Amino acid sequence: MSGGLYSMDQRDFDQTLDLKKIKPYGDTMNDGKTQMSFTLPVPCNDEAIEAAKQLMKKMGFENSQVVYYKELTKGFTFFNCYGNCTHAIDFTSIHVQKVESTVMDMKETDEFIRENLGRKLVVVGASTGTDAHTVGIDAIMNMKGYAGHYGIERYEMFEALNMGAQVPNEEFIAKAIELKADALLVSQTVTQKDVHIKNLTELVEMMEAEGLRDKMLLICGGPRISHELAKELGYDAGFSMNSYADDVASYIAQEMNRRINNK
Amino acid sequence: MNTSKLGLDFKKVEEAKKISGKIALEVQKFVDNYSTVAVERTLCRLIGIDGVDANDVPLPNVVVNQIHENGVLGQGVLFYLGNAIIETGLNPQEIADKMAVGGLEITKLKINDNKKIQDTIYPYVEASVNRIRKNVQQRNEFLGTLGEGPKPYLYVIVATGNIYEDVIQAQAAARQGADIIAVIRTTGQSLLDYVPFGATTEGFGGTYATQENFRIMRSALDEVGQEVGKYIRLCNYCSGLCMPEIAAMGALERLDVMLNDALYGILFRDINPQRTIVDQYFSRIINGFAGVIINTGEDNYLTTADAFDEAHTVLASDLINEQLAKLAGMPEEQMGLGHAFEMTPDLENGFLYELAQAQMTREIFPNAPLKYMPPTKFMTGNIFRGQIQNALFNEISIWTGQGIQLLGMITEAVHTPFMSDRYLAIENAKYIFSNMKNIGDEVEFKKDGIIQLRAQKVLDDAFNLVSEIEKEGLFDALEKGMFADIKRSKTGGKGLAGVVAKSENYFNPFIGLMKGGKN
Repeated sequence: MSGGLYSMDQRDFDQTLDLKKIKPYGDTMNDGKTQMSFTLPVPCNDEAIEAAKQLMKKMGFENSQVVYYKELTKGFTFFNCYGNCTHAIDFTSIHVQKVESTVMDMKETDEFIRENLGRKLVVVGASTGTDAHTVGIDAIMNMKGYAGHYGIERYEMFEALNMGAQVPNEEFIAKAIELKADALLVSQTVTQKDVHIKNLTELVEMMEAEGLRDKMLLICGGPRISHELAKELGYDAGFSMNSYADDVASYIAQEMNRRINNK
Repeated sequence: MNTSKLGLDFKKVEEAKKISGKIALEVQKFVDNYSTVAVERTLCRLIGIDGVDANDVPLPNVVVNQIHENGVLGQGVLFYLGNAIIETGLNPQEIADKMAVGGLEITKLKINDNKKIQDTIYPYVEASVNRIRKNVQQRNEFLGTLGEGPKPYLYVIVATGNIYEDVIQAQAAARQGADIIAVIRTTGQSLLDYVPFGATTEGFGGTYATQENFRIMRSALDEVGQEVGKYIRLCNYCSGLCMPEIAAMGALERLDVMLNDALYGILFRDINPQRTIVDQYFSRIINGFAGVIINTGEDNYLTTADAFDEAHTVLASDLINEQLAKLAGMPEEQMGLGHAFEMTPDLENGFLYELAQAQMTREIFPNAPLKYMPPTKFMTGNIFRGQIQNALFNEISIWTGQGIQLLGMITEAVHTPFMSDRYLAIENAKYIFSNMKNIGDEVEFKKDGIIQLRAQKVLDDAFNLVSEIEKEGLFDALEKGMFADIKRSKTGGKGLAGVVAKSENYFNPFIGLMKGGKN
């Protein structure tokens, strides 16, 4: 586009890195340069381009440039844009509540288990209670995995059983005892009327009554589950959206190592 | 298929096909003696039973469950329905309605003479076959008047979960140049032992396959086909526990392409091998008759096993799948055998190996509209590199004359495609398909070079593998983990309880009418 974008007066900003006010980096510190693309549900015309620019302004971009646009189908226009972000983030004040483990890939996790634990870990998973959704547990456990992350079934050092959906807590526990499970994975997708909380709580109580709670890692997951909530309910860990088998498997491997080898 | 650009030994190819034919025949001996709940529900659907009961249980399930619970499903659903027509004077739908409210025990009626029962049910069978035949005629008419896009067909997916949103996305894709629209099913539908009913607006990572959803999308694609001046094909998934039912629904609603592969279900969805191989046979008969191109799922092997080391397993499975399809009366022109571009981008000369394998597959199955799958395993959130990976894949496809080009999406591994992702994918393919159109006619491969030797080796390895499988039998080979490094036992997996041995009164007239019975 026009060379004006690179004129000196546009660089009239402090060019030193300040971790209390970080911004996107294009080619100059604090230039805020951001590239983005999106589609607006309007026909392709001058008004559409103006709309894209105004939207960028509302998103906090200055100097917004629409560098490419194309009507994808009647009434939908695609834009490639650049702009200078006006917002800044205080990087020094960021704290993230997370599961305390280093995420490893499948191979690394297998090697970790082989070296540190020397045997296969047994994992039993299910979508428990009335929940009929297998999407979560399948994503974590099934061979094919999800979004390019292979499931725990594919790991060499895990013996994994996915019991599927609508598994009563009694059956789940019975299977865990039968297989001498090291870790239990509970998936909860349906959250209407907090049914997941009741169900998750019931499982913990049943395991405590059976004297099993300290013998197995108890992990829950689902789109509305956070690590914080899981801890509160008495679980060892909780995984939410954008968690994959890698995250869960790494955690199990490392936590087992901590427990068995005090490391 | 007289000369090979790759120096392939076509005698060896012929021999491999013969061996694969024996493997398929052995499987067929088993299949002929069995039926399944899904096959019987399919028959219900074909003779016009539709709808759900008060608890949303589909009526085909209501009918089949009642017979199965009485332990006599081996006689076949048509036997009891035909008999019930005689005894009640109702038609199949009315009988199902009555069974749903608990007013009719279909197995407890007085049993009539088998010949009389068959004659009674026959008009319903004929009507169903005629309806499907009409759909085939209509497709041919559209193809004749509107025409179609050149091969490789551009195949894109929609997967919003909401059929009405899917329609918007599908029509947009057609306007951008897509030839085939596949509506991805919601996660887990393959494991449901029933087909949901009606139009649906909620799904996870896809949209429920229902007959109403099929109808909605079919009419949307016919509409946009008129606008863009070519016939737009509709694809869905008849795999999983309802394989033949979905084939029937697709035949009734004029779908054009179906994923249809028992081996895929066994390996990747842990469906019981006996169940799904019986289901597959009837589903392929229906698909064959309905003019539906099937797609097989060999490409998936390479997402679990290494794409370079295990390339021969893909070819071996294609060879077996071809023979299984033949036994179901399917013409080669409808066999969209699968393979894929899945080698790691880090592999030196990976492009050459992929080119060799794509050309090899083309030469071994000269009449099949091969389904070529894009890179998925090594797609990352780096969408910019992803666009290049997809470009290399497109180059090989136009070079080697693939049939169905499943377009790679830059946001593979990120989300279900945006409208713009699909646009970029189609633009990428069209650019390359035009810019490199005749490269395959112009370029020959160096004798005994990397490309030729690679193809020859994969053929040799596949030949050895099918020879080994022939000794073991397909079921035992699956138990040993010969495909995709996954082991599946003959009695394991989901759906075995739905398999029944045929009894003396069993009949299924559709097989005779549809198999090889051309329109």
